[in-house]
Amino acid sequence: MRNVRNALGGIDTVLLLGGRSEIGLAIVERLVRDGARRVMLAARGGTAPAEDIERLERLGAEVHLADFDAARPETHVTLIEEAAAKLGDLDVVIPAFGVLGSQAVYDEDPVVAARDVAVNFGGHVSAGLAAARSLREQGHGTLIVLSSVAGVRVRRANFVYGSAKAGLDGFAQGLADSLHGSGARVVVVRPGFVIGRMTRGMTPAPMSVTVDAVADAVIDALRSRRRTVWVPARLGPVFALMRILPRAIWRRLPR
Amino acid sequence: MTLLTGWGRTAPTPATLARPRSAAEAAALLTRAGRRGVVARGLGRSYGDAAQNAGGLVLDCTGLDSTGLDCTGLDSTQGDRTGGGPSWRLDPTGLVTASAGVSLHDLMTDLMPKGWFVPVTPGTRYVTVGGAVAADVHGKNHHVDSSFGAHVRSLRLLTADGTIHELTPDDELFWATVGGMGLTGVILEATFRCVPVETSRMVVDVERTRDLDQTLETMAETDHRYRYTVAWIDLLAGGRRMGRSVLTRGDHAAPADLPARMRRDRLAFGPRPRLAAPPWAPGGLLNRATVRAFNAAWYGKAAPAAGKRLIQGIAPFFHPLDGVAGWNRMYGSRGFVQYQFAVPFGAEDTLRRVVARLSGAGVVSFLTVLKRFGRGTPAMLSFPMPGWTLALDIPAAQSGLAGMLTELDEWVAAAGGRIYLAKDSRMSAAMMSATYPRLDEWREIRRRADPDGLFVSDLARRLRLL
Repeated sequence: MRNVRNALGGIDTVLLLGGRSEIGLAIVERLVRDGARRVMLAARGGTAPAEDIERLERLGAEVHLADFDAARPETHVTLIEEAAAKLGDLDVVIPAFGVLGSQAVYDEDPVVAARDVAVNFGGHVSAGLAAARSLREQGHGTLIVLSSVAGVRVRRANFVYGSAKAGLDGFAQGLADSLHGSGARVVVVRPGFVIGRMTRGMTPAPMSVTVDAVADAVIDALRSRRRTVWVPARLGPVFALMRILPRAIWRRLPR
Repeated sequence: MTLLTGWGRTAPTPATLARPRSAAEAAALLTRAGRRGVVARGLGRSYGDAAQNAGGLVLDCTGLDSTGLDCTGLDSTQGDRTGGGPSWRLDPTGLVTASAGVSLHDLMTDLMPKGWFVPVTPGTRYVTVGGAVAADVHGKNHHVDSSFGAHVRSLRLLTADGTIHELTPDDELFWATVGGMGLTGVILEATFRCVPVETSRMVVDVERTRDLDQTLETMAETDHRYRYTVAWIDLLAGGRRMGRSVLTRGDHAAPADLPARMRRDRLAFGPRPRLAAPPWAPGGLLNRATVRAFNAAWYGKAAPAAGKRLIQGIAPFFHPLDGVAGWNRMYGSRGFVQYQFAVPFGAEDTLRRVVARLSGAGVVSFLTVLKRFGRGTPAMLSFPMPGWTLALDIPAAQSGLAGMLTELDEWVAAAGGRIYLAKDSRMSAAMMSATYPRLDEWREIRRRADPDGLFVSDLARRLRLL
């Protein structure tokens, strides 16, 4: 089943949670180029960079802005309802918010760690469940969950971030199964190290990818029936091995 | 929840499917529709998403019977079919009152021996009367007889408030319902005039043309001599032969036209599908090579058959594809799209450009059909307009299809044309509002009949009709 609004995979409405996310905006831009006409960018303060809004409008989209705070789960249901009222049925929902703090800071300040986990995992749980409720009711639509290989097997170098992603990945799989048969679906995206604003200043890991590559992979997945996307694709088999690597070796990996 | 698609088998969505047997049951179901609303469905022959309602309620009206409703003034001794299932009545003047769920197939089977034929039949007999009204369907006689709605004398419509309206062509809601894609309410019953026939056969002239110009010219010059005309275009023929066609033109045969052995049973009619498509077909079954072979054979077949005053049955003349049950499955699991547009007379250049574009793109299409339209109906969302219409099937898996059809949409819109809603599964809301100039008028009338937006479909949401 292809959860799309028209026979040829055309998508009309997109909700981006984390409206300033580089990956999120790259996905939205591609959807608008392919014909999406109503977009909502939801971010803290209800703003998004003017050049991003202008670019989407120039491509023919009607852009709505909304205030969204991943750390305030009590507002998430209302926000999804507001999006559906403004855009109509939600074809694609992309929660793309997240924070990548350093493990050293987390080790020093457990409160910061807990707050970031509340965004990277808790925020996705409430936003994902709120979106799923709408998608289930409308009988179609796709939730894109941006997981990470960091959560496939948690590494000591970033285990706070990694464990939040591990939680998110498990949540997304369970949600996908609970939506089975409803007409709605979840696509779980597991990129490797993404070279972009979020990782500026960090040394890219092997098999790192660009923001554009992740966005392209998401667009491909939307057109197919795939439920899981690794970016790059070869990370799938690589992590099948990584998962069974003996703990003693895994622990010694440089990063 | 049941997963529903249109005839093209694309973009399935789940809905709660209910099968009302009476107007009262249908009215009761309306009160149980939730936030996602409700839409009526017939035999599912709309190609796209007109009879789907994701997450909502869909009323399967094929068992809906309107007996028990008042049918005064009709002489049922002329023939009827009541008791169990949808019914219809015929009066001596050829006026038929049929429950919305009656199929044209059943109607033809029953009417033909009595010497009557439906006023308009689309390319399949397997549509319901309700669907024929809701899509304001047309057939090979459009240039003479217009579309189905032009023959309807009255309608019974169940509206959102649960009341039943008796509508005539004097009511604006009548013309919002004809061609209204089921979005004004549930059509319960229609009364329409049938045409008298002396035999169940057609007398047919078949002719081949060498290119598109000759096709258009011949149709413009000779259409008026026949009640039914159509051209099948071989889209895979390129170069100088681009647009080469087989013209099929005919009329109901008089007894004198028939050979003696047919005259004995001149009103015989009992077609059944002779073949059935397999329940599962590989996606690549209809590829460039097989369709090219088919098209060449079809075009070639007309050569010996080309000629005057051939005798054909109703089914092969009007409904060649009904001979294969479930032929839509032949396109494989990804389904197919039907692209049908109309452009007004004077826009022949646009027609040529479109044919050249499709032909050049090597579009794999069975039975591309060209037809000259006559006058339209006053229905606000009715598709036909005086001019030309082209219809073709394309596998949804064809690469680059979405972009190419969007490009064709722009040409069609620029020429003052439009896309047929009963076929559409992919146009944009912007294309819709740009090409149906009376959309706002229709919306206003619809809103008065259904202020809370109870009636809604995937098509209505996609094209932002409400």
